[in-house]
Amino acid sequence: MNKTEGLNLRVVVYEGRGSTPLAAEDRYRIISSLLENGFEVTRPPGGNGGEVSRADVAPVLVLGKFDGRIPQSEGVRFHDLSGRPHEEAIQTAREVRDQVGARNLGDWKPWFPVIDYERCTNCMQCLTFCLFDVYGVDADSKLQVQNQSNCKTDCPACSRVCPEVAILFPKYKNGPINGDVVRQEDVRREAMKVDISALLGGDLYASLRSRTQEARKRFSTERDESRALLERKRCLKELQKNLDIPDEVLMSLPTVEDIHERAERAKAKLAARQARSQTAKDSRPDPTQEEWGI
Amino acid sequence: MAERILFCNCAYARVVPPEVKAEVLRKLCESGAAFDAVPDLCDLAARKDPSLKRLSESKCTKIAACYPRAVRWLFHSAGATLPKEGVEILNMREKSAGEVLDRLVSPEKS
Repeated sequence: MNKTEGLNLRVVVYEGRGSTPLAAEDRYRIISSLLENGFEVTRPPGGNGGEVSRADVAPVLVLGKFDGRIPQSEGVRFHDLSGRPHEEAIQTAREVRDQVGARNLGDWKPWFPVIDYERCTNCMQCLTFCLFDVYGVDADSKLQVQNQSNCKTDCPACSRVCPEVAILFPKYKNGPINGDVVRQEDVRREAMKVDISALLGGDLYASLRSRTQEARKRFSTERDESRALLERKRCLKELQKNLDIPDEVLMSLPTVEDIHERAERAKAKLAARQARSQTAKDSRPDPTQEEWGI
Repeated sequence: MAERILFCNCAYARVVPPEVKAEVLRKLCESGAAFDAVPDLCDLAARKDPSLKRLSESKCTKIAACYPRAVRWLFHSAGATLPKEGVEILNMREKSAGEVLDRLVSPEKS
């Protein structure tokens, strides 16, 4: 199962007609434990009104201290809390989750970029920069986050290269990347730091190619492999520090050849698209998202 | 008007102070309020959970989570844009439990 697919088990803590209300402390302990174990929890309206999510396609388990007979309802599981430790309810929830094939939330830390479209100018620096195909464009060529689960946990590097401070990582430690208000000095700082093209000498891919060629040249003239490796290590360390990239991400970077190939593919597609759009007589539809492949 | 409350437990990151999260949830449980609680709002948004869409259509919603800008665009990313009016996002990363609860379970102050 993909990390972002599937349904969570929803647990309803029922205290209405036909049941005895829980003590406040018990209610808190059960709900808290359920959340910590990755379950969605609903406490339906009691006497004080309010509203909760209606039943949907998600599998449901109802917990309650039922008076006498445990209710029956098609597609819904019930667990009686009467006289039982709350740990048993958590265990039941785990069993039901396995039985119905619901997701186990602990499998993935939800770390991915979120775009603030009030700030995004569709400049595509993030799409160009990200080496893991997290970004793509929709049918109107508008930037989108398309593959959240491709994102490398704890890596906020694309948000550091966004000149508009438009990319959020809600679980990041510091503002404004965490969603805190963007101040003018943040915009100035990011703009200074992050014109990634300028930073790397005009074009990221050209720069990587040139760096590779330089390294090859140096190998052939100086035959000093260790010096080149040291230089490469130093550059990566600098980039890592500036953009807050975790070690694991650097360990899993695609090769220069992969990047080169991808860039050439994207350029060819872009050129083809531009040629088509400039021909008034050409009535063919725009390429689909899949054709773009970015 | 029926009010909806959503509590995010923000799993897998200690960015929301645990004591704030725990206190808000404890008091929410002690109150008579109906609520939905999710282990992680980011996770819900990533898989475009339909409950977010329904929540965004509600006329009066209070969300105890993190920064309002993050929450709003998380909902948007799930195809569930929150309305500009009628939604109050309470930031447990910055506010104290008391400040959050004051807004969350005291409708007369809204």
